[in-house]
Amino acid sequence: MNGADIVIDVEGLSKSFDGKLVVDNLSMQVRRGRIHGFLGPNGSGKTTTIRMLCGLLTPDKGRGRCLGFDILTQQTEIKRRTGYMTQAFSLYADLTIRENLEFIGRIYGLDDPSARAREAIDQLGLTGRADQLAGELSGGWKQRLALGACIMPRPQLLLLDEPTAGVDPKARRDFWDEIHQLAHEGLTVLVSTHYMDEAERCHEIAYIAYGRLLAQGTTTEIIAQSNLSTYVVSGADLGDLAETLKHTPGVDMVAPFGAKLHVASRDHAALDGVAREFAAPGIAWERDAPNLEDVFIDLMSRARSNYP
Amino acid sequence: MSASTDPTGARGEPRPAGFASHPLDEGEGIPRLARLWASLERLYAVFVKELIQLRRDRLTFATMIMIPVMQLILFGFAINSDPKHLPTAVLDNDNSAYSRLFIASLKKTDYFDIRYSLSGPSQIDPLILSGAVNFAIEIPQNFARDLARGENPAILVVADAADPTAVNGAFIALTGMAAQVFTRELLGPLQNLSAKPAPYEVRLQKRYNPAGETRLNIVPGLVGTILTLTMLIFTALSVTREIERNTMESLLAMPINPVEIMLGKILPYAMVGFFQMALIAGAARFIFDVPVVGNLGTFVVLTMLFIVANLSVGYTFSTIAKNQLQAMQMSFFFFLPSILLSGFMFPFRGMPVWAQNVGSILPLTHYLRIVRGVMLKGAGFSDLAADTGALAAFALAAMIVAVLRFRQTLD
Repeated sequence: MNGADIVIDVEGLSKSFDGKLVVDNLSMQVRRGRIHGFLGPNGSGKTTTIRMLCGLLTPDKGRGRCLGFDILTQQTEIKRRTGYMTQAFSLYADLTIRENLEFIGRIYGLDDPSARAREAIDQLGLTGRADQLAGELSGGWKQRLALGACIMPRPQLLLLDEPTAGVDPKARRDFWDEIHQLAHEGLTVLVSTHYMDEAERCHEIAYIAYGRLLAQGTTTEIIAQSNLSTYVVSGADLGDLAETLKHTPGVDMVAPFGAKLHVASRDHAALDGVAREFAAPGIAWERDAPNLEDVFIDLMSRARSNYP
Repeated sequence: MSASTDPTGARGEPRPAGFASHPLDEGEGIPRLARLWASLERLYAVFVKELIQLRRDRLTFATMIMIPVMQLILFGFAINSDPKHLPTAVLDNDNSAYSRLFIASLKKTDYFDIRYSLSGPSQIDPLILSGAVNFAIEIPQNFARDLARGENPAILVVADAADPTAVNGAFIALTGMAAQVFTRELLGPLQNLSAKPAPYEVRLQKRYNPAGETRLNIVPGLVGTILTLTMLIFTALSVTREIERNTMESLLAMPINPVEIMLGKILPYAMVGFFQMALIAGAARFIFDVPVVGNLGTFVVLTMLFIVANLSVGYTFSTIAKNQLQAMQMSFFFFLPSILLSGFMFPFRGMPVWAQNVGSILPLTHYLRIVRGVMLKGAGFSDLAADTGALAAFALAAMIVAVLRFRQTLD
């Protein structure tokens, strides 16, 4: 792959707060025009990593480049070319939509901030509501406006920190369509999320837990790397079975999915044995390919036992 | 991921086709003037934003008007440093036509409200001690006779000088009266007595505070205290508000530097300060009849300097405080010594040396000298150079601290 195509390239990033290691020796690369998903449980270090990438936090250790600029010394250059959408709504609630966008336009030195703000408002479909206070918008509209504000200065890199938290499914779908359109036009996107369906919409994903990067690659690659063998168990009254299986040797993960149970293990032979042992009338064991969530739950439980 | 082994490969500047011409490029080749222009543009962005927020925040807007008005009314009207109708007790040991004339003249000055007519000197002390009267006046026996003989009889005035400013005006009126009260009565053979000095003596005994100071110039000082209070509070909240409303992270992620943010946030309030100055100065001139002897331009320029100094202090607090409550507490921590040690409350020269030293650090101290100098004495820039220099140094130091304290990262 061509080096100039790497937009984010960081190596060995570490950061601790009050002696607590939040990001531990993290390295990652993101290529231009790709949507890179950043997954992991709460407090895993996703936000801290994103903040280190855009110069809001200084890493304790490690080095790297973002858009070709050093993350330790050229933060201003990175900021000029990066749109960062924070987890909480961060536009001014007491400014109107138009005033917020004009403010951003002026900060980024756009040629005609008013015209650019008007353009962005039209694109967002907020034409008639330009003079409404940003704080009065609904959750979905706030999120659209925040994204619109981020891309108005035409950044080369978009950092989105849990952008769809608290947004309804329709708005989420529209949001992702928009992200794909932007990536198609050449924008690179790093997006953190909790949602598996969103993870599957990313070109590549990185899974982080307890500050450590546990897996990286495309969905298919991550599932293949996991070397997980999975059975789907169906039948009535699976609750007791689930409890028993959790303590059965050779079973790495048990998770209910609706009326069914996902049972997974890295020891394929052992799991086959378990399947035979617990097969009973009314309880069907079926082999299935593991899905992304199986892999992540397994990664997380392993990470927890490794880093208590 | 081959790039991990080849970090140098990423050093070339990526230029995605769709975003080839970037409006924000300010590389080394861009002339300094263009960079300055871009910086001013960002400063202007913050300035406009702050103005809009200020306009929409009704409560802040109301306090801006209400604080000066309230303080003016409180200090200007309610706290009168030249009070009249002070409760007074009189012990007339002579009971002659002359002594009665003297008492009638006392009443006419409007300073004395005779509440008690005493029968013996032992009644004086309890009245003064309890605060029932501010003055006790004792006319000696044979006052009329001694007066006629030209023996210069002495009238004893006992004053409660615990609050010196309260009794000074009255005492000045009393001594002034002494020269004139008997002019009309001392006719014929007694006419030679009416020549100054007064034919009798007023002996003042100040109780509790023998070294009472002269009265203060309250209203010019009010310009300084009101501006200190309002300017401090407004900027003290400006940075903490961004933090509490979750907008700080975004602001820091934008390509703007701390100096641009600071000036953009200070400027709108300098405008507010200008209007407050006009309001207070107008009230001083037209409601309280304080003359403006000096040059109005000098007054405006130096007051603006004082406003900027206070805004810088408030902004500095804002960069140190963790939340708006802390910022408010810090403002009051600064405001109290400003009121007490600047010479607004007590005469500066009357304070102990350590207090004068503390006072000299505060901008209000220097501004009080400036405002009293310009308004009352007609002083110009050259007379006020030292205090002007102190104010400017203070403003600059506060701004430097603020910029150094401003955290550009979330570390």
